[in-house]
Amino acid sequence: MSETQPLLQLRNLRTTFSTDAGDARAVDGVSLDVGEGETVGLVGESGCGKSVTALSILRLIQPPGRIESGSEIRLEGRDLMSLSEREMRDVRGNRIAMVWQEPLSALNPVFTVGDQIAEVARVHAGASRAAAKAKAIEMLRLVGIADPEERVDAYPHQLSGGMRQRVVIAMALVMSPSLLIADEPTTALDVTIQAQILELLRDVQQRMGMSVLLITHDLGVVAETTSRVIVMYAGEVVEEAPVRDIFAAAHHPYTEGLLRAMPRVGAIRERLTVIPGSVPPPTAWPTGCRFRDRCPYSWERCEREHPPLYQIGAGHVSRCHLAVEPERRARPHIPLAAVGTADAGALR
Amino acid sequence: MSAASAAVSAPWRAVLTRIRRNRAALVALAIIALFVLVALLAPVVAPYPPDAQPDIVGLARVGPSLAHPFGTDTFSRDVLSRVIFGSRISLGVATLAVLLSITVGTSYGAIAGYAGGPIDGLMMRVIDALLAIPRVLLLILALALWGRIALPSLILVLGLTGWFGTSRLVRARVRTLAVQDFALAARALGARDGRVLWRHVLPNALSPVLVAATLGIGNVIVLEAGLSYFGLGVQPPHASWGNIIQDGSDNIARGWWIALFPGLAMLVTVLCFNIIGDALRDALDPREERRS
Repeated sequence: MSETQPLLQLRNLRTTFSTDAGDARAVDGVSLDVGEGETVGLVGESGCGKSVTALSILRLIQPPGRIESGSEIRLEGRDLMSLSEREMRDVRGNRIAMVWQEPLSALNPVFTVGDQIAEVARVHAGASRAAAKAKAIEMLRLVGIADPEERVDAYPHQLSGGMRQRVVIAMALVMSPSLLIADEPTTALDVTIQAQILELLRDVQQRMGMSVLLITHDLGVVAETTSRVIVMYAGEVVEEAPVRDIFAAAHHPYTEGLLRAMPRVGAIRERLTVIPGSVPPPTAWPTGCRFRDRCPYSWERCEREHPPLYQIGAGHVSRCHLAVEPERRARPHIPLAAVGTADAGALR
Repeated sequence: MSAASAAVSAPWRAVLTRIRRNRAALVALAIIALFVLVALLAPVVAPYPPDAQPDIVGLARVGPSLAHPFGTDTFSRDVLSRVIFGSRISLGVATLAVLLSITVGTSYGAIAGYAGGPIDGLMMRVIDALLAIPRVLLLILALALWGRIALPSLILVLGLTGWFGTSRLVRARVRTLAVQDFALAARALGARDGRVLWRHVLPNALSPVLVAATLGIGNVIVLEAGLSYFGLGVQPPHASWGNIIQDGSDNIARGWWIALFPGLAMLVTVLCFNIIGDALRDALDPREERRS
């Protein structure tokens, strides 16, 4: 999509988990780019495959999960799928780093935060104990922790939620990675702290010039921080657009639903709506359009034909047949999933 | 969840504080410390050499007196001195055997738990099979096959028959810990499997091992005494509590003190280790932490 070589390129990424109910195709043919220095939002509700996409980029999918052959993951043009485990370890934490949703559980309770930040420098740069500790203090200062010389010896449980997330970010930034994947970095935090953490991410992103893939279910977060948004549903990309277009002219009914489910200041009279039903189980994606049971516009074509990504505008694609039959948008109906009995399939 | 505090303290400090509040555990700890001290200083503390037979006719089986507070045995040896020297063997054998079992058990359990899948399945079925055989039978078999039993081989046999439970314990902990976010986070930062296991998983798995080890020492003391009783444990001329009791039980009608005092020493020691083990278990319980 971008003219120059993007930093991260996913092509037809498919990640499958073997379960008793059959193969769960958690990520099912995802292609996306993250440009140099760009912040991209990856949006969708729980179970749509966002986090699995993130773990797949790092090749951290454990059995019974697997990344299917034919999936392409390229970082700076290098094919990560062809790397050995040893080479891949050199990418993790070094070129690509991750910020986790729940900072308390992402930190080891029995080591000081300084130890844990220092460990990254020791693993990747072979830093001496003293140098690694100095680095840890420097990183704590970078992420805005007061008295870093003291906090470096604190245990995770002695810090507040916001500070813990700063520590997790500090660990991710030690090696100045070119790509930072932030998986719901603010979900577990208080609203006031959320803003501070987003501000910090934006700040370090600009200072270090890295790219950020921000995974969230919160479109508000996306609006504040990203330039481009990719919406995932049922293991697929369903819409991708510049952030402005997503809010001004969302095309896919799922994106529309997400926007309508988001509270907005000034829109008091508008009723907050929910998208009926839930994401179908990944062991049995519906044929045709995967959103059709929950969609107010679906018609028989949606059942018959799996929609491709239609080009809607500049850098704007949508996986919805409305692109070629726009007149159908004028005739919404009650989604199948909202009609009690038809729900059985979606709930299973 | 505590608010950010400037004071920096290890999680262990909380554990120590909770143990310090447990009076029974403190008393038990003091008694064990005393016994260990006496064992270490045996040549200084004991009034007589353990195998001195001053007067096998005149001084045999003399009841407790000022000169021999625990009396003397059939060979006129001072029972107090023998109990003191015996504590070196009993405590030493038990401690070393338990160290051996927790090392083997922890390694085995950690590997099985971290590997998961068929390797874990196979390794745990082996443990199931070994656990199906009573430990005493296993010990008797091993020691009977060994023939002459030197102290190191006794420690080896006691240690190598005692790690199955520990390995199960560690394996279960490792399986839960290996899928925790911080283990995944460590891998996402480029840590090798070995490093994740050694630095991130194991340190979080060790508290139940510590409890099991403490309780295990008491258990092995009794086991060793039982084996000595059968003549399979510590061999004369070494004195252990077990073989002093065996000596004494042969003469229980004519010299009750010979078996009673080493028996009491053993009882108190095992009781103390159990009290300490229980206190540790309570102190290490994370649910306890949330309450306080």
